[in-house]
Amino acid sequence: MKPAPFAYVRPGTLAEAVAALAADPGAKVLAGGQSLVPLLNMRLAAPTALVDINAIPGLDEITAEAGGVRIGALVRHAAVLASPLVRRVQPLLHLALDNVAHATIRNRGTTVGSLVHADAAGEMPVVLRLLGGSLDVVGPDGPRTIPVEELYVGPLESTVRHDEVAVSAFVPGLAAHAGVAFEELARRQGDYALAGVAAVVEGDVVRAGFLSVSDLPTVVDLSGVAAEDMADLALASLDPVGDIHASADYRAQLVRVMTPRVVATAREHARTRTQGGTR
Amino acid sequence: MTEDLHDVRLIVNGVHRELRVPARRLLSDALRHDLGLTGTHVGCEHGVCGACTVLVDGAPVRACLLFAVTLDGHEVTTVEGLTRDDGSLGPVQQAFAECHGLQCGFCTPGFLTTITAGIRANPDPTHEEAREIVAGNLCRCTGYQNIVAAVERAAEIAREDVPGDVPAPASPPQDGQLGVEDRTEDQATTGLGG
Ligand SMILES: Cc1cc2nc3c(=O)[nH]c(=O)nc-3n(C[C@H](O)[C@H](O)[C@H](O)COP(=O)(O)OP(=O)(O)OC[C@H]3O[C@@H](n4cnc5c(N)ncnc54)[C@H](O)[C@@H]3O)c2cc1C
Ligand code: FES
Ligand code: FES
Repeated sequence: MKPAPFAYVRPGTLAEAVAALAADPGAKVLAGGQSLVPLLNMRLAAPTALVDINAIPGLDEITAEAGGVRIGALVRHAAVLASPLVRRVQPLLHLALDNVAHATIRNRGTTVGSLVHADAAGEMPVVLRLLGGSLDVVGPDGPRTIPVEELYVGPLESTVRHDEVAVSAFVPGLAAHAGVAFEELARRQGDYALAGVAAVVEGDVVRAGFLSVSDLPTVVDLSGVAAEDMADLALASLDPVGDIHASADYRAQLVRVMTPRVVATAREHARTRTQGGTR
Repeated sequence: MTEDLHDVRLIVNGVHRELRVPARRLLSDALRHDLGLTGTHVGCEHGVCGACTVLVDGAPVRACLLFAVTLDGHEVTTVEGLTRDDGSLGPVQQAFAECHGLQCGFCTPGFLTTITAGIRANPDPTHEEAREIVAGNLCRCTGYQNIVAAVERAAEIAREDVPGDVPAPASPPQDGQLGVEDRTEDQATTGLGG
């Protein structure tokens, strides 16, 4: 199908973009379009205007920052995946991105757009939630920083307001002695996951994040929990949903199988890093 | 509501083209309807099948997920642009013919563009890497074996090719001025098919 008609603006500055959004309550930001355009084509969304942010300078950089790495709103998934800086500072971001869509989609889709889109089946929201990062936005009242704990409120619903443009995401780096792991099951590499698990192990602290299981990206503290009890504890905080791709029971089973395995891999990663390696 | 029209300049297969389109015109439709380049096929129109894949500034993208208006000044390569300068089949096209990489041919334009970029980035892919290059494209006929064989064969042909014979990789994008030589309309539309 084809999208319904909309007005199109391509502002050259952030201020103009914010003004264009504020002027039309039906307007939407267009970044990489890899989530928005399918919705428009299927007429599941019909914004009155698209504010294309792709001509705004300064939003396409990945920069090292104290304690982590900052990703600009126009940095494509492909550039984040290829970045040696990202890989060194936060290997979990790299591991997870390798599972985000196919290369062709990653050439266009942005990592920040993925965070704003707030899909619980996406890899980026749960990874940021697990790492405790934040999103910087600019609106009519100026800039503000949204901690990831306050970012996700419902299925496909974030606290970024209609007239705000997300300008960058801050992703904390991995502590020297910590380890990470990521695993998901999809029908083909690059398809949306049927279920996925990310884990961070730092000393005695063990935390795991779950994607595509509940309708919100969910993080569970598994510190001090024996491997055989992890899945039960995690499932107590999760509410597996069934759809045409997998039943709720099957998703619960994937959580049972993957959780202890991913935590064990993260532990092993922490052990190798502690023994002098930097990987 | 009367729709606003936008002037868009594209460099399609090396030729400067100008079109006037509503903002909602998908690149896939701009190519097929406005420019008559029907080699780019449209399957799912939501990013999943890969039939519409074209190269924008040398990188493969889904033409059904891009609005033409957003690409003013950029360079687009479609399947029609993959032939050699003399109009004969390019390396990937030749490999598909040799390996029987197609049956109905509906998915083929998207595979050809994807593989062209894939073997440019990785000129000597392993069998696994060859599979990975086409993992985002769907084919309902072949069962993929011959397509993967064609990826490996295309890489072989491209490696043996006399330098300069292969359709040149797009130069890095620079808004407005793109260092691409003009070709005449005639040459650019040879190989226009189905
Ligand atoms: C076939 C296919 C497979 C995919 N598979 C996966 C997958 O496995 N995992 C996955 O995570 N994703 C997947 N995706 C989605 C992809 O990752 C998208 O790129 C991403 O979700 C959105 O980024 P975008 O830049 O394309 O955003 P857009 O589509 O442009 O925008 C998405 C939404 O976010 C808003 N938005 C975007 N950027 C900003 C901003 N800077 N400020 C304010 N609002 C903004 C838009 O208004 C819109 O509502 C897939 C997509 C396709 C087509
Ligand atoms: S038509 Fe574009 S991906 Fe299917
Ligand atoms: S050859 Fe028929 S869909 Fe691929």
